[in-house]
Amino acid sequence: MTETAATAPGERRLERAAAKRRRHRRNALIAALSSIVVIGGIAALVLTSPGWPTVRETFFSWSEFKNAFPEVLSGFWLDVKVFMVVEAAVLVIALVIALVRVNRSPGLFPVRLLSTVWVDVFRGVPTVLLVYLIGFGVPALELEGLPTDPVVLGGIALTLSYSGYVSEVYRAGINSVHWGQTDAALSVGLTQAQAMRHVILPQAIRRVGPPLLNDFVSLQKDVALISIIGPQEAFRVAQIYQGENFNYTPIIAAAMLYLVITIPLARIVDRMGGAGGVR
Amino acid sequence: MAGGAPVIEVRGVTKAFGEREVLHGVDFDVAEHEAVALIGASGSGKSTLLRCIDLLEEIDDGDIFLDGEVITDPSVSPVAVRRKLGVVFQAYNLFPHMSVLQNVVLGQMRAQGARRREAEEEGRALLARFGLAGREGDRPDELSGGQQQRVAIARAFAGKPRALLLDEVTSALDPELVGEVLEAVRDLKAEGMTMVIATHEMTFAREVADEVAFLHEGRIVEAGPPAQVLEDPRAEETQRFLARLLRAGRA
Ligand SMILES: Nc1ncnc2c1ncn2[C@@H]1O[C@H](COP(=O)(O)OP(=O)(O)OP(=O)(O)O)[C@@H](O)[C@H]1O
Ligand SMILES: [Mg+2]
Repeated sequence: MTETAATAPGERRLERAAAKRRRHRRNALIAALSSIVVIGGIAALVLTSPGWPTVRETFFSWSEFKNAFPEVLSGFWLDVKVFMVVEAAVLVIALVIALVRVNRSPGLFPVRLLSTVWVDVFRGVPTVLLVYLIGFGVPALELEGLPTDPVVLGGIALTLSYSGYVSEVYRAGINSVHWGQTDAALSVGLTQAQAMRHVILPQAIRRVGPPLLNDFVSLQKDVALISIIGPQEAFRVAQIYQGENFNYTPIIAAAMLYLVITIPLARIVDRMGGAGGVR
Repeated sequence: MAGGAPVIEVRGVTKAFGEREVLHGVDFDVAEHEAVALIGASGSGKSTLLRCIDLLEEIDDGDIFLDGEVITDPSVSPVAVRRKLGVVFQAYNLFPHMSVLQNVVLGQMRAQGARRREAEEEGRALLARFGLAGREGDRPDELSGGQQQRVAIARAFAGKPRALLLDEVTSALDPELVGEVLEAVRDLKAEGMTMVIATHEMTFAREVADEVAFLHEGRIVEAGPPAQVLEDPRAEETQRFLARLLRAGRA
C-alpha cells in the first residue's frame, strides 16, 4: 500500500506532464499553420491583384519613404508633445469635474451644473468639429489675451473633448466603490473629503486604469485632428508631401509612427485588464 | 455588574427610508462599562439603529446623547462624534488597498492627527493583542474571515472610543471562525469597554451582555438582564422570536 502510494503519483505526474507538452506542441503547430494560410492567402491576393504594381509605387515607395521620413518624424514629434501636455491636463481637469459631480453639497450646485453641461456638450460634439470651431472661432473674437497659436487652440479643443470622456470614466470608478467603504472611513473619524482622498479615490483609480489607457490611445490618434487648423504635425506634413509628389508613402510613414506608440499602449491595456495580450 | 453614568442614551428615535419607517421611537440606554446585546429578527432595524448612533444615518425624530450631550443636533459635527465611537461592520468593510496595519492606523493618523511612528507602534500592539502579530503587512484579502473581522475590531478600537458598536460581527463567518472573533469581544468586555452588540448568537449574548434589548419591528419590546429576557421573556414577541430561534437550533 505505502509503496504503490509512493510511486504511483510520480508516474502519473510524468504521464500528465508529457501529455501536456504534446498538447502544447500540437496547439502551437495548429496556430502557426493557420496563420501562414490566412496571412499568406491575404498577401497572395494583394500581391497578385492587377493594381498592385501601382499601389506599391504610390504607397510603398522606399525612395519616397526615405525622402519624407525626417520631416514626417519631426511633425510627429509635435504630435507627441501635444499628446503629453493634453493628456496631463485631461487627467487633472477630468478628476476635478468628476469630484464636483459626485459631491452632493448644496454650495457646489452651480459648479456641479456647469460640470454636467461641460461633459454633455464637449463629449457630445464630434472632436473634429470642436477643433474646427475653437481653432477658427477663438481667433475670430479678436480678444486681447486669448491664444491664437493653432497648436494651443487645437490642444485646448482636445482637452475639452477628452476631459468630458475621462471625467465619466473617473466617475464610474468612484461610483463602483462600495458605499460600505465610505461608511468605514467615516466611522474611523475621517471627513468626507478625507474619505474620498484616502479610501475611495485610490480604489477607484486602480479600477479605471484600463479604460483610462484606452482613452489615451484614442487621444494619441486624435491629435492628428489638429492638422485641420494648420499645425505642421505628422499627418499634415505627410499630406503636403503627398500633394506635391503625388505619392502616399509619407502617409504610410505617419501611420507607422502612430503604431509605434499605440501598439505598446494597447499591450499595456491588455496587461492591466488581465486580457493576456495576443492570444 | 451594570456600570455608572449612561454613555449612550437613545430617546424616541424614529428613522424612515423614504415612506418606510424602520425605527419607531426607540428608547435605549448603555451605561459605562456595560455591554448591551441588541437582538431581533433580520430586518428589525438593528443595523439601522447602530448606524444612527454613529451618525451614518440621519434620524427623523427623537435624540441621541453621548456622555450626556446631544449628538443628533444639526449644530453638532458628526465627524467629532464619530471620533468618539468605534464601529465594527457585519461585512468587515476593511480598506482593501491598504495593509492590515494601515487599516488600523488610518483613523489615528488622519482623524486624530497622531504621528506615524506612534500610531504604528500602537497599531502593532493592538494587532498582536488580537492574535494578528506578523500579519501587519498583509492585504486584508490575504486573511481569513475571522482574521479580517479581528482587524476590523482592532481598527475600531484604535481610536480609543467611548463605546464600540458591533454589528453582527460573526454573521459573515464560517462556524469554525466564530469563536476567535467572540474571544476578541470578550477580551474588550473584560477591560471594561462600553459596547452595543447586535447579534444572533444567543449563547454569546447570555455570556457577555449585562443587558439584552429585543428589537421587534423598529421598537425595543423588552430589555433587561440576559437571564430574564432570554430565559423568562415577558413580551409575547420575545417569546415567539426565541422559540423560532430554538427551533432553528440557534439558541
Ligand atoms: N439604506 C436603506 N434604504 C432603504 N431601506 C433600508 C436601508 N437600510 C435598511 N433598510 C431597511 O430597513 C429595515 C431594517 O434593516 P436593518 O439592516 O437595520 O435590519 P437588521 O435588523 O440589521 O437586519 P439583519 O439582521 O438582516 O442585519 C430593512 O427592512 C431594510 O430593508
Ligand atoms: Mg444588520
